[in-house]
Amino acid sequence: MLDVAIARNLRDFRLDIAFAVSPGEILVLMGSNGSGKSTTLNIIAGLLHPDTGCIRLNGTTLCEPARGTDMPIENRRIGYVFQNAAVFPHLTVRDNIGFGLRARGTDPQEIRTRVDELLGAINLGDLAMVKARNLSGGQKQRVALARALAIRPSLLMLDEPFTSLDTESTRGIKDLVRKFVNEMQIPCIVVTHRRTDSSDIGDRAFVLCSGRKEWEGLPGEMPEECLACQCV
Amino acid sequence: MIPDALSPERIRRSVTYLGAGLLVLAVTLYLALPIAALFFRTTPDIFLSSLSDPQVMSALWLSFVTSTLSLAIVILVGTPFAYVHTRCTYPGKILVDTLIDLPLVLPPAVAGVALLVLYGRAGFLGHYFNMLGISIAFTTLAVIMAQIFVASPFYLRQAKSLFEQFDQTYEHTARTLGASPVRTFLTITLPLTAGGLVSGAVMTFGRALGEFGATIMFAGNLPGVTQTMPLAVYVGIESNLTIGLTISILLVIISFVIMIAVKILAYREAGHA
Repeated sequence: MLDVAIARNLRDFRLDIAFAVSPGEILVLMGSNGSGKSTTLNIIAGLLHPDTGCIRLNGTTLCEPARGTDMPIENRRIGYVFQNAAVFPHLTVRDNIGFGLRARGTDPQEIRTRVDELLGAINLGDLAMVKARNLSGGQKQRVALARALAIRPSLLMLDEPFTSLDTESTRGIKDLVRKFVNEMQIPCIVVTHRRTDSSDIGDRAFVLCSGRKEWEGLPGEMPEECLACQCV
Repeated sequence: MIPDALSPERIRRSVTYLGAGLLVLAVTLYLALPIAALFFRTTPDIFLSSLSDPQVMSALWLSFVTSTLSLAIVILVGTPFAYVHTRCTYPGKILVDTLIDLPLVLPPAVAGVALLVLYGRAGFLGHYFNMLGISIAFTTLAVIMAQIFVASPFYLRQAKSLFEQFDQTYEHTARTLGASPVRTFLTITLPLTAGGLVSGAVMTFGRALGEFGATIMFAGNLPGVTQTMPLAVYVGIESNLTIGLTISILLVIISFVIMIAVKILAYREAGHA
């Protein structure tokens, strides 16, 4: 279970939001460009710090400035897929997926098994030894997802994962995310600004407008005034 | 009817091409002629026989050893320094930035005098080193220190620029996956900027190899101890022109190889980008 209640002064507005995501649930965070979506994910990951508030994951406090709690980024166990996938171009697909496990000192045999498992799941077994710089956009996104899941994260976050992907690749990534979140029963946040994505993949939608909650509810029930607003 | 070859448009274009060609030729000749003159002033036989001269061998060996050590120190200290300097904000950062660039515009002789005033026997720090029986000025160590002072900006500027332009999403990804800052730097940042860093290192080596002004001021001109190739050229021109020409030609060849290496590395970097 992820509980977030954070506030931070940004350049143009104050980000001030609170939400929770249950295990196995996919929350779609929506809003126009610059509404604070990616900043929210970066704060949860520990790449940015909130001015006030608290972030709890499965009962553990990740960050609470008032108490001086700030868990290091590498200890938060969050699978974070960035907008551009950020697969390490100089490493092979296999090494990309196993990166987090090696960084955590996992036994080499266990790394091999886990990476093989994920290579099969994302259907990229044939490209295991290919350098990531040579992959297509959809393949990079799949590798980034597998890499984030390899560490058995307690939370999965994807920032605009479908941008610049064709329809087929988008469908594939959505299916994979749904499958993994169901299997692993972890909370998941997907940032997007496309309404179709929210109804395809989301269990719940959270619309952000200039750092504040505009609307929250089932993706299919988004009110007309919210759809008409420039936030979505 | 004006023939096509004499049309105003054709004439204007021909004059433009002719002007551009003459400009390129003039610049090329200005840069190439002095270098060519060096090669024409000697013969292959004289050049090859002079290579075994003890003075040439000693200067060549000393230059390579000191330049290699200078480069190693610049890389080992400069790489983490440039990274920390780029990623962190601290008071006086602009001043440090200026100090990094200063040796590029400072006359090398002034750099040598500055080093002498600080580390010389009667210098601010040299005085204390001297009391401990440590002498820095006019030793091989002084050659290395002068080379580092003058050549390090070539590496530091390149490293700073690479780290500034580096897409930090890679580093953020590595951190969220569980890598420490040091591991992230060693396994992600460093390999992805290595091509550019090597290019900066090659330029630094070249500059260290050609260092003259600061070395002669701070380290003197002692054969086998502080007489590097550029200093041997200086002595050679006064006493034995053949030796001076041989070392000059060697330095031209090395510089040419260095520039070719930098261009190949830059080309490969562009291919990977």
